[in-house]
Formats: sequence, C-alpha cells, structure tokens
Amino acid sequence: MQITVNGIPREVDASPDTPLLWVLRDTLGLTGTKYGCGVAQCGACTVHIDGEAVRSCQVAVGDLAGNVTTIEGLGTPESLHAVQAAWVAHQVAQCGYCQSGQIMQAAALLATTPDPSDDEIDAAMSGNLCRCGTYPRIRAAVKAAAQSMQET
Amino acid sequence: MSRAGKIARRTFLIGATAIAGGVAFGVWRYKTPYANPLEADLPEGAAALTPYVRITGDGITLITPRSDLGQGAYSVQAALIAEELDVDLDQVTVDPGPPSAAYWNGALATEAGEFMEAANGIPAAAAVTIASAGMKFIGMQITGGSTTVPDAYVKLRQAGAVARETLKRVVAQERGLSREALRTARGAVILPDGTEIPYTALAAQAATVDPVTDVALRPASDWRLLGKPMQRLDILAKSTGTQGYGIDRVVPGMKIATILLNPAQGGALNGYDASEALALPGVEAVVPVTGGLGIIARDTWTAFKAKDLIVADWGPAPFPATMDGHWQALADSFTEDSLDSRPRDDGDVEAALAGGAAVEAEYRTPYLAHAPLEPISAIVRVDGDAAEVWTGTQIPRFVQQNVGRIAGIAPESVKVHVEYMGGSFGHRLEDEVVKQAAEIAAQMKGTPVKLVYSREEDMMHDFPRQIAMARARGTVKDGRVEALDLSIAMPSVMGSQMGRQGLSVPGPDSQIVAGAFEQPFAIPHQRVTGYRAPELAPISSWRSVGASSNGFFYNAALDELIHAAGADPLEERLRLASDPLARGVLEAVAEMSDWQGPLGNGRGRGVAMTRSFGVHTAEVVEVTATDGGIRIDRVWVAAEVGRVLDPVNFENLVAGGVIWGLGHAINCEITYADGVAEQDNFYAFEGMRLYQCPEITVRGVESGDRVHGIGEPPVPPAAPALAGAIFAATGTRLREMPFNRFVDFV
Repeated sequence: MQITVNGIPREVDASPDTPLLWVLRDTLGLTGTKYGCGVAQCGACTVHIDGEAVRSCQVAVGDLAGNVTTIEGLGTPESLHAVQAAWVAHQVAQCGYCQSGQIMQAAALLATTPDPSDDEIDAAMSGNLCRCGTYPRIRAAVKAAAQSMQET
Repeated sequence: MSRAGKIARRTFLIGATAIAGGVAFGVWRYKTPYANPLEADLPEGAAALTPYVRITGDGITLITPRSDLGQGAYSVQAALIAEELDVDLDQVTVDPGPPSAAYWNGALATEAGEFMEAANGIPAAAAVTIASAGMKFIGMQITGGSTTVPDAYVKLRQAGAVARETLKRVVAQERGLSREALRTARGAVILPDGTEIPYTALAAQAATVDPVTDVALRPASDWRLLGKPMQRLDILAKSTGTQGYGIDRVVPGMKIATILLNPAQGGALNGYDASEALALPGVEAVVPVTGGLGIIARDTWTAFKAKDLIVADWGPAPFPATMDGHWQALADSFTEDSLDSRPRDDGDVEAALAGGAAVEAEYRTPYLAHAPLEPISAIVRVDGDAAEVWTGTQIPRFVQQNVGRIAGIAPESVKVHVEYMGGSFGHRLEDEVVKQAAEIAAQMKGTPVKLVYSREEDMMHDFPRQIAMARARGTVKDGRVEALDLSIAMPSVMGSQMGRQGLSVPGPDSQIVAGAFEQPFAIPHQRVTGYRAPELAPISSWRSVGASSNGFFYNAALDELIHAAGADPLEERLRLASDPLARGVLEAVAEMSDWQGPLGNGRGRGVAMTRSFGVHTAEVVEVTATDGGIRIDRVWVAAEVGRVLDPVNFENLVAGGVIWGLGHAINCEITYADGVAEQDNFYAFEGMRLYQCPEITVRGVESGDRVHGIGEPPVPPAAPALAGAIFAATGTRLREMPFNRFVDFV
C-alpha cells in the first residue's frame, strides 16, 4: 500500500493491521517516532496526520487516511521548527525519549492555538508522559515557541 | 586549595610513570594500574593520552565511560576533560569507550564508609579504602549511586591536564623550547610567536613521548566551562528526533525478537503451545529462554502479535502470591534474628521511652517499577569465538562477562557498545534482556538478534524498588523532640541485585537504613535499626535506593513528633540540625518559600530534609485542598552538592527528581495477585503528568568541600514534604504510599 510521510509517497509492505508506529520505525526507518506503551498512554509515538496530533500506535496503517508528518519532517538540526528551537534554547531534554512526541504535540497545539493559556497547555500536553520530569521546561518552551511564532 | 585539589596533586607525584588518567585518587595507592584499554584498537599515528583522550590525525575523542541515561553524564564528563585539555566541546567527539576495568568506579565506595564505621566499628576512611580496593579489584565499571561526578571530578580533569602537557612536551622537544613557553587553546598548542599547531597534527609524536604527569589542576576561578551554563552535547539531537537509542539501532542482517515471560516472575515454564503463533506470517521461531520464550519474527509488531498467541503453562512465583503475604513477611522481620544493623544509637532510647511514647506509628512504602520510557532492548551477535553487543546499560563489564559465559567464549572477546538510554532510574543496572538476547543469538550463530521487550513484559518483570515497612516510637518534652526509635524492615536490595550477578554481599546492607541512620538531626535519644526481611519479589536499585523509603519514614516520624511537641516543622528541624550543611539547606528553603508557619484556608506546607548520597537536600511543598482534590502548587528545593558543575543541567535534574518523588508518592505501586504484577502499563502506573506539575524553584548550595552527584538526592524528601503539606492543609496524616489510596489528587 502507499502512504505519504513527510511529503514523500512511500510504498510499504505490511499487513494492514500493523500500527503506523511500527511501519514508520521498522519499515521506513523513521526512528524519531518512539514506542513507549503501545496503548496511547504515553504519547511518545505522536505524529501529525493532516496536521492533527495522533498516537501512531493506535492507527492501523490500513486505515490511514491523510498525510503523515513525523518529527523528522517537522524540522531538521539544520533547519529547526520554532518549537524545536525553543526546546533547544530551554534545554528541555534529559533522556529525550519522550521529546519527539512532546514536540509534535506542542506543534499541533500552536498551529491551532497560537497563544495558549496555561490551562490550554496543560490540557494539550498532559497525554504525553515524561518519566524524567521535564514538565516545567516543556511549559516554558511551549510559551517561548508561541511567542516566537507570533513574532515571525 | 580545596581538599580534592590537594589529593589530585599527590596523585600526580605518586603516579609519575603510570597512565595518570586511569589511576585512582592518590590517597589509594596501588601497585599496578590497569592497562589503557584504548591501546588495543589504536590505529597507526594515533595517540591514547590516558584512557580518556584519544587523538588521531582526524580528530579528538573524549572517552566518557559512565553511561548516559538522560542525566547528561556524557556532557559533564566531556566538560571535565575539556576544561584542562583546552578544547571546546564543539571540537570533539564523545565515545563511551570499551568496557574496561580501568574505568572502575571509585566513588561507589565512598558513601559506604560512614555506614561501615557506624555498623561495624571499622573507621570510615579504612572502610572506604577496603571497599574501594574491592571495587577496583573486580574492575567495577558501574554508572549509579550519583557517583559519576564525584568519581570523575578529579580523574577526568587530571586526564585532560596530562594529555595537554604531553602535547606541549612534543612541541617543546621538537622546537627546542621550554614547555612553559607554550600555551594551549581551542585544541592547539600555541608557540610564543602565536603560531597554532593543532593537537591532531601532534598525534603520531604524542604516542612516542613519556606523558607529563606532574601537573597541578587549575583552580576553579580559572575555569572556562565548568560552573557555567553549558549546552548539553545531545540537546540538538534530542530535540529533532535524530538521537539514536538502543531500541533504534539497526545492525545489518538482524532478526527481531520479543519475549513472553512467566507473568509470575521467576516461576517455571512447564510447557507451551506456539502453533498459532508460528502460523502467523512473518513468525520464524519460538525458542525457550531463561524465564520464558523468545519469539523471532520479521518485525517488531509481528513478534508482539505472535507473543499474545502463545498458550503457556506457567509455574507459580517463588514468592508470596498476595500482598498480604509480602507485608506479613515484613511485619515478622522486626526480630533479633533478623537484625541487620543498628548504626545509630544515641542517648538512651529505652529509658526515654520508659514512660510511654507520644507517637507510635507504622509506615509503608510499596514496590515500584522503574519504567523508563524506552523499553529495554539489546542486540547480540554470537560468532564462533567472539560476540558483539549493542545495548543501553549501566554495567558493561557484567554484560561482557554474562554474554561470554552464555556464548562459551572469553569475556574479552565480547565487544560491547553502550547505547544512549531513554531513561533508566536504576533499571539498566539489570541485564536480563542482554542475557536472553545472547541465549537466542547463541542458537543462531552469525545472526544479530535484536530483543525488544513490550511495555507490558518490561513493567511486569521490572525488578522493582524494595517494599519496606517502618515502626517509629518517640517522645517530646517542653515543646521539643526528645526521642526517636526508628525500626526499618525491608529485603536486601543489594543481595537481590548482586545475587543475579552471582555475587554475594557479605555483612549488613547499608541500604536498609540509608537515608535514616545518618540524618544530621541531634535528637537526644535516637536509635535506627535495620531488619533484613527475606527476599520476596526480586528487587533492584530504584532512584535513591534505600533512601527512597527511609527518607519518608524518618521525616514522617519526625513530623509527627514535632506536631506532638507543638513545634513548627521547619523551626524544629533547624533547631535539631547538627551540621552547618543541614542548617544551610533548611535556611535556604525557609527563605525561598518565605516560611511563616501555617497558611490556612485549605492551604498547607510541609518540609523535609534528607541527607543521601552525601547531599543534604531540603524541600518545601505547598498544596491546596480543592473541591477536585489536593493540588500541588509549589515546591522549593535547596541541595548542597559542594560545587555545581553545570547550573542548567543541575536545575533540570533537581526538578526532575522532585517530580519523580512526588509522582510516585501520589499514585504508583506494583502489587502482586497470584504472584503476578497487577500493573502492566502506564494506565495503572502513571506517575506525574504535566497538569499536576507544581512550580519548582531550585537552589544549589555550594559550601561543601567535596563535589557530589545530584541524580538521586532530590527524591527522598519529596514524598514526606508532600505528606506534611497535606497534613497541614487537611489534618490527614499519611503513613503509606501511594497517597491516592487515602486522599484524592486533582
């Protein structure tokens, strides 16, 4: 079947019940999207489907309708997305394993809510677990990214 | 000059002919240092200046043998070397290096000294020397116990200084100049006329000259990097999804495997039917491994699906089937026969309590999973007489030995690549996943096998934090705390953990009383007794180990006594503080939080102070009792680490440690029914989420004479400070975690 990931149509050979997460990781080698729980409890596998933040562990590839954007498609080390730039400036990561999902979730929030309140940030980001406890910096980085996106 | 500085100076003098970077602190003098492990793989024209600096014509590599679990270990180790080597961090590559006895961890022994003196009457300094010699003897290369920084603080700067001066010696000899006439900066030796010679151009000659070892370390006032905000080396990769972790590694030709373990951990596999699993397209084999079955398939998802199709007949767990049985075993351990140590016995506790206790209470802390967000994984390839391993581990030398044993080859023939880790919190001090991958790989010679645990298998077989129980009695007099008799029962973490490595740990286990017996509070009559419960569920070191339970027990009991005395929790702790460091962190949080006593209106504050891993950490927690439950509003933390090497990472680690302590105290436990862990994923073991996270203010206090690590010390005071705050806000006294069994949280 054919799916579009980061703007590129890809032919993938996988059984239709395979979660998008594992197609991205095992078939396409896009390992920036992480496996943490497999049951939509941690948010480490968050990607965008047509701009909306979705847990890729819960989307069977056969049911996929829409274009997928992963962390690799959001920005690159050479050309950072505003959210990624804020994550670097605030040095959010400790182990960093959850941060792809956190960043994808934050980018989707700011795309629809450019100036989120504290409650809106809490509501949007609380599905993403961080076992290292970087939450204070995630909050600060989301606010900084919101500001920088409004300025540009 | 600091004490550490003086030790360093002596080391150089003693170790003149040794490879200085690999030699231990000068006060411990050994006849033979370990060989430099970098010599083995060194290409022509390259130099290994100490086991920590490798220079070739192409570049400079700094070796950072303590694993990076997310705590920033690679960055701080690199900065320590770079500070003296005069390179900038954007000029170097960082490599964890090969497993080697040369990278033994001397600081692991440091904290043992105080306990051995208190428990056995062996003077602390001698005890540290003995324990440290033991660590060196077995080449204990371990990341843990918040020891990376204290172990590396002198060693790695020394390694950088030796390498720098040796590079200068090459140029001095070549040009007929004195070494003193040369300078170094940004990875180059600078001649008096300003000409710069890059280190990389000196690699070939550097390998041939004697290293310069009589070098004094620079004073902190001259530091360029240390003590100032740094950018972590991995921050760009971790913000762009480009950081590779063990679970992301692809080795050409590898097969994917997952595991199905007896849900009753440690029970037997009596039989199984894998026919349905094997019928699934893409499933290649199902093979027995220690603890259960390995499933080999073309991809991870197929392996996971196949796992759920296997029908197995499992034997029972070798520990009590229900929690009642576990708690009863602890309750039955408060006996003379089970007495493990009594390292604190001040005044006359029995006499003080003869007239009856003002407070008598029992406290409990549950089993807890480590559950780092990256599930455990390992890739192993076994060839005829060699093997190669890729995994995230804190114990690369054990991995080498275990894979060697399973493959029937010498440990030195096992090459281990330590991967970046998606968290650990002590989880990767275990290596079951590597052993199981090796068992499968040994049956498929030449094929790399990548074993990936599902979240469920990982959480249910986590080797959790110890279960523990404490009983406290105490008295008060004239508004003051007069006596505290604290008895603690838990199974031995060290016994369980080291037992799985085939090692026995003789003598009492310091972790049974750690975080309680050494607390700097001068209660006139004070006794701390540790009782060793039998091994129940297999357990392992969990961020702050014994102190994760005992910091709660001690502070919670102290809070009840202070309340009985009618005193203020912070004021009375300050009055009892028996050393200036304890007073310092308590005064800091009093000032930061503007502590004024009770708040009223459903709001409450609690305070706790624990000395653990050599670090005094005080925390004040503020909560509000709302209609939706307890809301944690703010936390103030002050920690005394001697010297803060990177204020940015320090703040992040302290806040993270507080969140770790609070989150697990609120809602986490591992419980067993029919010997099976009842929590298998994050819906049942949640920890803190962002909406629950308080505002956290952190201060590093830098008045000590020794530098300490900060990974673990913020954890123990968090739960008792929260319990104190909830009591102040609601009048509900919490004596058992998780607290959500007794109060609701927003």
